Amino acid sequence: MDLAQLYETFKGLENPSIWQEFYVKFYNAWFFEDRWMSYFRGLVTTIEVTVIALMIGVILGVLVAVIRTAHDQQRPGSKNILNILLGIVNLVCKIYVTIIRGTPMMVQLMIMGFVIFASSREATLVGALALGINSGAYVAEIIRGGLMSLDPGQMEAGRSLGLGYLDTMRFIIIPQAFKAILPALGNEFIVLLKDTSLISVIAGKEIVYFARAIITKTYEPMFPYLITAVMYLIMVLIFTWLQTKLERRLRQSDRR
Amino acid sequence: MIDVKHLTKSFGDHLVLNDISEHIYPGEKVVVIGPSGSGKSTFLRCLNLLESPTSGTITFNGMEITNPKSNIDLIRRQMGMVFQHFNLFPNMTIRKNITLAPVRTGLMKQNEADEVAMTLLRRVGLEEKADAYPAQLSGGQKQRIAIVRALAMQPKVMLFDEPTSALDPEMVGEVLDVMKELANEGMTMVVVTHEMGFAREVASRVLFMADGNILEQNSPKEFFANPQHERTKLFLSKVL
Repeated sequence: MDLAQLYETFKGLENPSIWQEFYVKFYNAWFFEDRWMSYFRGLVTTIEVTVIALMIGVILGVLVAVIRTAHDQQRPGSKNILNILLGIVNLVCKIYVTIIRGTPMMVQLMIMGFVIFASSREATLVGALALGINSGAYVAEIIRGGLMSLDPGQMEAGRSLGLGYLDTMRFIIIPQAFKAILPALGNEFIVLLKDTSLISVIAGKEIVYFARAIITKTYEPMFPYLITAVMYLIMVLIFTWLQTKLERRLRQSDRR
Repeated sequence: MIDVKHLTKSFGDHLVLNDISEHIYPGEKVVVIGPSGSGKSTFLRCLNLLESPTSGTITFNGMEITNPKSNIDLIRRQMGMVFQHFNLFPNMTIRKNITLAPVRTGLMKQNEADEVAMTLLRRVGLEEKADAYPAQLSGGQKQRIAIVRALAMQPKVMLFDEPTSALDPEMVGEVLDVMKELANEGMTMVVVTHEMGFAREVASRVLFMADGNILEQNSPKEFFANPQHERTKLFLSKVL
């Protein structure tokens, strides 16, 4: 007996058992009219949004972190135009981080979707942008923390050998900082991946959006939401696995 | 070679170096001793501008280090520095630790730098560690590598900031031996240390610092036999 037949049989029952009822609900949420495809359409959007937001977040984060660290590590006293400019840019970065960290993700998303880009039809793209800008602030603080956590002796050793600031950063500080921040960064990426579910509030078409669309047809929220949860869980598990592998590879120089 | 004029350094309200003027001549081995907090490390770190002086000038071979317009990287290439905590780069092999700076600064090609690294490593008896990582070495080995790393830049002067203070006692000797050898080859050295034996044996001049001033200086023989200053006597009575 195939699944559709089973569904019809159970649906026709007058007093279905709880399992038969579950089966009908699940069938409605997944197989009926090929609904499972819309979850995967949502999944593709989720991945797209995550990747775009991740790129925006990392670029913004690195930029802000480098500006703020460079500003903090300036030789005090040298007051040329470049340093004053750096001071101004640093202030802008500080304000950016403060605002983003001080307001809820959902509110930021709504302001982006309904105020700044109210006339835009590309809700998904606007959502990706909002997430990227949000993530950038956190990534910046993570990277800055990583750069600051290193023994200042590393920078001093590099500089005392006659390497410039940028060379020291590139060969000595950043590789070590990257290894140190990888767990925190992975965590942030997982948060980002899960936060993509929020873009449904501005009508971004990711998994939750489609799950809700199905619920409005079936009036049964249990399975669509459970399916959504499982899909996110699987994505996070895959990502965590990749992260562990990367961390293990980077730990090479720690062997004794 | 290094000319220090009216060097003052303060951290906030705390005056660490109080108007120090000093000259270091080529080939000299200057050993700086003194109680902790006397400003000896700060003095040394000012010489290659790891600390920027509050006022005063430092000139190295005619180049004014303290002038913001001077290229500090070019000057630092000629001044090797060895730190108390070695500060090897843990993310690189020993070979890479040594060759990174000579290659990146354009002093040598990679293969030349590799050769120089191996020659230097052989000299300190660590050639088999070339492909190890710093975490696999003992403290004494790390410090010898740190000296080699500084030497690979072919510096004109070597600055040592308490190079044996973080070592287990049985490893102090191996590091001091390398430093003595270096001194015998005629390298100009400025050494901040608590090793009085080293000062007596190697120094051409001993500086005694306390409270941000150079209170006394003399040849090691005279310095240890006839300390002039009360403070020096007190210090020596405690450490000898």
